[in-house]
Amino acid sequence: MMAVLDNFLFVGLPYASLLIFLVGTIYRYKATKFNYSSLSSQFLEGGNLYWGSVPFHWGILFLFFGHLIAFVIPHSVLAFNSEPLRLLILEIVAFIFGLITLFGLIMLLARRISNPRLKPVTNWMDITIEGLLITEVILGILVAYTARWGSSWFAAVLTPYLYSIFLLQPDIAAVSAMPLLVKLHIIGAYLIFLLIPFSRLVHLLVVPLHYIWRPYQRVLWNWSRRKVRNPATDWTITKPENN
Amino acid sequence: MDVRAQVSMVFHLDKCIGCHTCSIACKNIWTDRKGAEYMWWNNVETKPGTGYPTKWEDQDIYKGGWQKKNGELKLRGAGKMRGLVNIFHNPHLPVIDDYYEPFTYKYLDLIESPAMNDQPTARPVSLITGKPIDIKMGPNWDDDLGGTPDYARNDPNLQGLTAAEQEAMFQLERMAFFYLPRICNHCLNPACVASCPSGAIYKRGEDGVVLINQDVCRAWRMCVTACPYKKSYFNWGTGKSEKCILCYPRLESGQAPACMHSCVGRIRYLGVMLYDADKIESTVAGSKNDQDLAQRQRDMLLDPFDPEVIQAAKENGVADSTLKAAQDSPVFKFVKLWGLALPLHAEFGTLPMLFYVPPLLPVMASLSEVDNDEHAKNMDPVAKHWNDNWLYDTSTEELWATIDKARLPLKYLANMFSCGDESKVKDVLKKLMAVRIYRRWKTVGDIDETKAMAVLNDVDLAPETIEDIYYLTSLAKFDDRFVIPAAHREQAIEMLEFTGDAKGSAGFGVTEKPRRGW
Ligand code: SF4
Ligand code: SF4
Repeated sequence: MMAVLDNFLFVGLPYASLLIFLVGTIYRYKATKFNYSSLSSQFLEGGNLYWGSVPFHWGILFLFFGHLIAFVIPHSVLAFNSEPLRLLILEIVAFIFGLITLFGLIMLLARRISNPRLKPVTNWMDITIEGLLITEVILGILVAYTARWGSSWFAAVLTPYLYSIFLLQPDIAAVSAMPLLVKLHIIGAYLIFLLIPFSRLVHLLVVPLHYIWRPYQRVLWNWSRRKVRNPATDWTITKPENN
Repeated sequence: MDVRAQVSMVFHLDKCIGCHTCSIACKNIWTDRKGAEYMWWNNVETKPGTGYPTKWEDQDIYKGGWQKKNGELKLRGAGKMRGLVNIFHNPHLPVIDDYYEPFTYKYLDLIESPAMNDQPTARPVSLITGKPIDIKMGPNWDDDLGGTPDYARNDPNLQGLTAAEQEAMFQLERMAFFYLPRICNHCLNPACVASCPSGAIYKRGEDGVVLINQDVCRAWRMCVTACPYKKSYFNWGTGKSEKCILCYPRLESGQAPACMHSCVGRIRYLGVMLYDADKIESTVAGSKNDQDLAQRQRDMLLDPFDPEVIQAAKENGVADSTLKAAQDSPVFKFVKLWGLALPLHAEFGTLPMLFYVPPLLPVMASLSEVDNDEHAKNMDPVAKHWNDNWLYDTSTEELWATIDKARLPLKYLANMFSCGDESKVKDVLKKLMAVRIYRRWKTVGDIDETKAMAVLNDVDLAPETIEDIYYLTSLAKFDDRFVIPAAHREQAIEMLEFTGDAKGSAGFGVTEKPRRGW
């Protein structure tokens, strides 16, 4: 029985979320681009947002990239952690970031609930996501507290499992043996992933980093204005040159 | 020389009667929607006053526009670094209370109320929460309050006026105000475009209209901060920014924008301006002190009759019809030819393409102390008898005395229209006055010819020019006021075919309903 459940949660669920995530986000981007938005509510309430949004975002960014690094370069992480002092510092910093994230999330939730102006711009999916994120971060903090040195055992044990998922040869022996808290944390992550296409979290896929490279001004033309006068050019194949 | 065309505007402030018809026309067409109730793409402010949003001109508060740092142009409150770092919480974002909380009244209560001893009332309810509210501010909240302490005295344009000057300005007998209608300036160096991390805002190459692609906007809300005129608004319902689109669907079909079409005072003019796009940056960055920006902007605008300009424009693909429109453009006449119209707050550095003819009336009517009892003896007995001893002197006895003794300090007008340079505003006002004196000589006849000619000489305008100014100011018909270049629908097929390539997916053929995401 346990095995079936584990198979469902650690093989079925990740593939399902991955598929739904891919299809969902791409479909939503293509078909209903208008509603790809971060849906900022700062315009309705600007003060308390600071204490929620800023710690939450920086916190979750740190945590996300921490997990990502342990996934992408597990050996370097293990090598880094081979020095106990470095391991200790890493764990403490990560733990603090976990607390910062949690603090931000709680502030965000409190703000949402307490300010009547925010009610018309809040829907059940926002609350679901908020609840899931809070649960996930609390679980993460508990895992970090109860099953110490996660930065090492994640890289050593869970990274191979995640690789096995991505290589389409799922091997769940390692996760099945994990404590319940860790299992729940993993399931939570899959669920959040799954809900990305159905929530405002899509905005994390359209982070505007291209802004850095773009010239400040943008001028768009309906046709190539230099070629439009020349009847000899076949300008149905001419893409406009912008700026 | 990179010659481009810009559909630009002139508002003649002496003619604005503050009726807000323009605002209503705009609201009814574009912003009568949830999330946009508070937006007035066109609004009319009373000056002196704090405006909408409150004190928008004070960039120490709102951090809009460009500023120079070590000779380089930087956005004051946004930009690449600042915009991305502040993306989670923009410290300079105005909030709804800086505009006002939109509301309506429960009118149905008036009708459905049961019989009572008291009159039923229609309580105001917020359009955001739906709950009853105490209205603290609303559209045109400071309308006509040209002398009040809360509004007029907090006008950011009073900067640089001595306390005594300000005091004099608000004496009951001298008090003057005028109206300032505002829309998006469709700037040549738009701060909103530059600040948008998503790149959702763009300037249309063909006519210079600045638009926000609703499909690409992701509510990073930097444009709201960056636009120094606060003409990019955040729709709290859809989570997208919106702004004046200069009624481009109307423009493309040859009609004037709704605000201009409906303008009761006929204060609005619209036409093409040619400019040299190569000079955009150097014009702003090269200004020594910001005082010369209004002049520098005028210098980068091109003369559509200059053969070299025409040649360069043609090479650049500017259509012949657009060139013709540029030659007939009333904006070209007001701004470049006659030098009568000035940009609003050019020091913000966005090169705004909406120009204003500064108002002469509040400057002109000076007051003198007379004995009104004496005065009344010369009047018809039915004329109103004034108990006080003030007389509005609108006669034109001395040449420029009224301008020198202006009721509204020139410094105040200069702070708005010429970056503080009084001589520039004075220059314009003298010309406006010259037209009046000349026409008065012609039609009323109580001014003699030598004086009229002396005035013309002084401002260096030929009688024909004066007549032209007079015509375009007072008599101009619809087609003189709005010279709209053809949108070249004959090329519409190509436009339609490649709109997707050119502009992401906005433009024609958008089938998605603008519904808030989840
Ligand atoms: S007025 Fe503001 S919104 Fe309009 S183009 Fe200029 S910077 Fe952009
Ligand atoms: S409609 Fe014309 S006259 Fe009336 S407020 Fe607007 S700009 Fe002024």
